[in-house]
Amino acid sequence: MRNTLSETILDKKQKILAGGAPKYHEKLKEQKKLFVRKRLELLFDGGQYEEDGIYANYEVKDLPADGVVTAIGKVHGQTVCVMANDSTVKAGSWGARTVEKIIRIQETAERLKVPLFYFVDSAGARITDQIDMFPNRRGAGRIFHNQVKLSGMIPQICLLFGPSAAGGAYIPAFCDIVIMVDQNASMYLGSPRMAEKVIGEKVTLEEMGGARMHCTVSGCGDVLVFSEEEAIESARRYFSYFPANFQERPKRLPSFNPKPGRALDEIIPTHQNAPFDMYECIDSLIDEGSFYEIKKLFAPELITGLARIDGRVVGIIANQPKVKGGVLFVDSADKGAKFIQLCDAFHIPLIFLADVPGFMIGTKVERAGIIRHGAKLIAAMSSATVPKISVIVRKAYGAGLYAMAGPAFDPDYCVALPTAQIAVMGPEAAVNAVYSNKINEIEDPKERIAFIQQKEQEYKEHIDIYKLASELIVDDIVAPSQLRDTLMKRLCYYETKDVVTTVRKHPVYPV
Amino acid sequence: MKTINSTMAGIVSNVLVGKGDTIEIGQEVVIIESMKMQIPIETEIEGVISEVKVNAGDFINEGDVLLIIE
Repeated sequence: MRNTLSETILDKKQKILAGGAPKYHEKLKEQKKLFVRKRLELLFDGGQYEEDGIYANYEVKDLPADGVVTAIGKVHGQTVCVMANDSTVKAGSWGARTVEKIIRIQETAERLKVPLFYFVDSAGARITDQIDMFPNRRGAGRIFHNQVKLSGMIPQICLLFGPSAAGGAYIPAFCDIVIMVDQNASMYLGSPRMAEKVIGEKVTLEEMGGARMHCTVSGCGDVLVFSEEEAIESARRYFSYFPANFQERPKRLPSFNPKPGRALDEIIPTHQNAPFDMYECIDSLIDEGSFYEIKKLFAPELITGLARIDGRVVGIIANQPKVKGGVLFVDSADKGAKFIQLCDAFHIPLIFLADVPGFMIGTKVERAGIIRHGAKLIAAMSSATVPKISVIVRKAYGAGLYAMAGPAFDPDYCVALPTAQIAVMGPEAAVNAVYSNKINEIEDPKERIAFIQQKEQEYKEHIDIYKLASELIVDDIVAPSQLRDTLMKRLCYYETKDVVTTVRKHPVYPV
Repeated sequence: MKTINSTMAGIVSNVLVGKGDTIEIGQEVVIIESMKMQIPIETEIEGVISEVKVNAGDFINEGDVLLIIE
């Protein structure tokens, strides 16, 4: 009798675990997608995990597990929770029990203080079920409410394998990171079909909300990958930089030497206006192979990524002189602000590599709110209480100095390379601003050039980095060859930094 | 027909290619001076240049067409 009961249960479970009808599995293959439980096997250590709510909506035919898998298992030995849409079941759409399962796995993650992965591949809400799943206290809105509540408490990692439509598009938006699979992943509030009907716009799905668009233009996507396996591998790698929750610290790994290459003083041109590749500079400072870049394709004039120095996790935020001169724009300010908040939430020290002419000027950026967006970056940097190390690589002009954790913003250490130049503006702009009338009055061109050169030289002497060190504006000037060693030591000494925030609810952030 | 556009506002400092030249992805084609910086514009497409739309000294806005590619 017992055997019969067990067999019955196993049989029922196997049917549920197989997901939707075979034709939908065939469709997955055509789309080069993996079945949801195969995705989970790839994520979890040894492919082992436990599911909750397997029998959800059991009494309704063709809705196995109600189209979502909620599971718990280990990743890199750390317990994590997952919610994963099953697109073979009604296109992964949400019914009442789907929503309830997602809310419950969020509550589990909160109770256990463990990370939560969202594997998104869903057509959105089932309109036919809307009263049961949409408006109530434990309706779909609760999922987003929980995401906001959990933000900064536990890592929330989104992998977008398919569509994330309408309200469902807010799941990625509330996560710390969004990894999108090229060609298959998409997110949009209104589909192309709806856009055509409602506003008369004709557009493809890729143009409206494709992975590439979101990773390059909108900034809603963080990492663009080209297969589901790559997405899961990328998520596992990203997670390796994080603690389980905000009360723990990232794990230190064995140290590795930097990637072999040119020395820093060969990489950095002394002429302030000449472009160079900041990636080469980063490579010379971090453990080889440890860079995990976030938003590589979005606002590339600012580089943001996780790395290890002497095995310790750090967040690198660096101007890229090779792209747009490293000038800060609206998008790069947003990109930096989000990255700083991410690192600060999970005790990841920040290293700023400054080579910045300032924030962009002109009507285009003023209309786009460069002041508001710049303030957002400065507010995030200013509020961060993790160890902050500001490295003045070359120029740091105007509010660019502020944004890159300049001396006034409580960096634990502000170190300059000999090529550093800190000023309100560069010599050419400053001489032009101060002596514009005088320059125009000089009629002889040679005399005019000589006057300008003399004033620029005087200005350069005025802002000489050794003079600034003498005034204690920077804490030290180090040889480029010593920079990595210096960073290693400082990161070690600052490991115990623990700042308790002030007594208030929160600042009124510029957004 | 494809175009290479300016990534930011500034003054054209140097046009490194001419009509009829074949360009490859990643090649620097125009140098812009903006915010007192020399900003190289690299092409993300390959092909043969059919028209050069700017000269050294021109002011260009973000998005303005620099080159037309066949």
